[in-house]
Amino acid sequence: MALIAHPRGATEDRRSVRVLSVAVAIAFVVLFLLLPLATVFSQALANGLDFALAALKDPDALSAIRLTLLTAAIAVPLNTLFGAAAAWAITKFDFRGKGFLVTLIDLPFSVSPVISGLVYVLIFGMAGWIGPFLRAHDIKIIFALPGIVLATMFVTFPFVARELIPLMSDQGREEEEAAISLGASGRSIFWRVTLPNIKWGLLYGVLLCNARAMGEFGAVSVVSGHIRGQTDTMPLHVEILYNDYQFVGAFAVASLLALLALVTLALKSFLEWRYADEIAAVHRH
Amino acid sequence: MSLIVESVAKRFDRFPALKGASFTAPRGAFVALLGPSGSGKTTLLRILGGLEFADTGRVTYENEDWLAKPARERRAGFVFQHYALFRHMTVEKNVAFGLEVRPRRSRPPRAEIARRVRELLALVQLDDLGKRYPSQLSGGQRQRVALARALAIEPRMLLLDEPFGALDAKVRKDLRHWLRALHERLGLTTIFVTHDQEEALELADLVAVLNAGQIEQIGTPAELREQPATPFVADFLGGNLGQPRAANVTRLHRH
Repeated sequence: MALIAHPRGATEDRRSVRVLSVAVAIAFVVLFLLLPLATVFSQALANGLDFALAALKDPDALSAIRLTLLTAAIAVPLNTLFGAAAAWAITKFDFRGKGFLVTLIDLPFSVSPVISGLVYVLIFGMAGWIGPFLRAHDIKIIFALPGIVLATMFVTFPFVARELIPLMSDQGREEEEAAISLGASGRSIFWRVTLPNIKWGLLYGVLLCNARAMGEFGAVSVVSGHIRGQTDTMPLHVEILYNDYQFVGAFAVASLLALLALVTLALKSFLEWRYADEIAAVHRH
Repeated sequence: MSLIVESVAKRFDRFPALKGASFTAPRGAFVALLGPSGSGKTTLLRILGGLEFADTGRVTYENEDWLAKPARERRAGFVFQHYALFRHMTVEKNVAFGLEVRPRRSRPPRAEIARRVRELLALVQLDDLGKRYPSQLSGGQRQRVALARALAIEPRMLLLDEPFGALDAKVRKDLRHWLRALHERLGLTTIFVTHDQEEALELADLVAVLNAGQIEQIGTPAELREQPATPFVADFLGGNLGQPRAANVTRLHRH
């Protein structure tokens, strides 16, 4: 009896197909993800580490870093709160217009950030709808911190809600109902049942939201006014330095932003690894 | 009569889930709500548990207006079809939940809670599994944890929503006998939802047959077998149990 030349499992591909697909994937990752990242760091260090650090110690750079951190510190907690509230309402209750609300939450993903920035200028700007009112009361929103925070919040709103909605709708209401029938108050249900079940999803949402809040360019660029040392965030500062032919400075600030992203990713992976059992227990039942 | 349900009705949007259900049961009775899916049996159970609100109707339990009490004050032990265990808590923590969420003045001391949890786990024959998480248990074990959790609050009535629905035939049979024995021991008024006529007839003292939001008949298993009041009851209990008597059929149709 003749032996079959290449015995393989029914769902297994040919060896050549496997090798090729893995090679394509690796090539893609190297070319489009690792190479640019490496370039950012090598450009920043082109004139040595001291030079790069000096660029970061520049007062304008420090101000941009401060502004970025401050913006994230305001926008992320608020969006966490709003995102969790929206996900809670959508998944635990039935009401009219629910589908519309879900679509609305996705809006920032589908609208170009530049347009959302422009809308804020149209509303809050000097010539905008409530511009005269704001001017009369000496309130500055556009070209100031409030505008930057608003634009950042708009762009990063979906992250927490998007992470939580599938998780919470998958988990359903039964555990909360069980808690009620066991005599728990609304508050203890939230702290003892709902929150522990969503904490990992919530954490991922917050990490992603934070990464995007620090990196947002388009919307912030429109409302910031690019006042150096005052309304420049890190991404905006990178652009300014680059346009001024200060490549090392630009890449030094860019490296710092890239590092923030890497730290976020590392933190996420670490948590996934450290609490793998618990995460698995919450997801499957 | 200890439990009196009077014309309880409920609609969801336009769909009438329950069109005025009435029945009575003595204290300590084991009542099965039997019917096909969509007959309103689970809705009725959830109304008794306070997880759903009746549009109209009254329920009196031990001389109290039962529907006026909020769910968390009813002490109605509810057991869900898919267990609804707290997945991030160990078995012990699940069982202790109802005691730990009590306000400080009525909460038992920690040692007392631990003792009660041990007792309950022994009662449901899961002594050694206290430290496990729900995802590490079989379906039958999970349902027994759910039952222990419901019993921990010393419930005034026990409400079971197709508790064996998600289990395989062998485990179902075992748990059925075990549940009946437990009921004899504890004497708790128990309402039990099922679509399995064999389960209802074997377990319950009283069986209420529901169809399209109404109770077609309530009686002991023997009464139902011998004198099904409507063709639906006869049909649902199984063709081999005989056709309803002609007299009964005419009586119903004039009704």
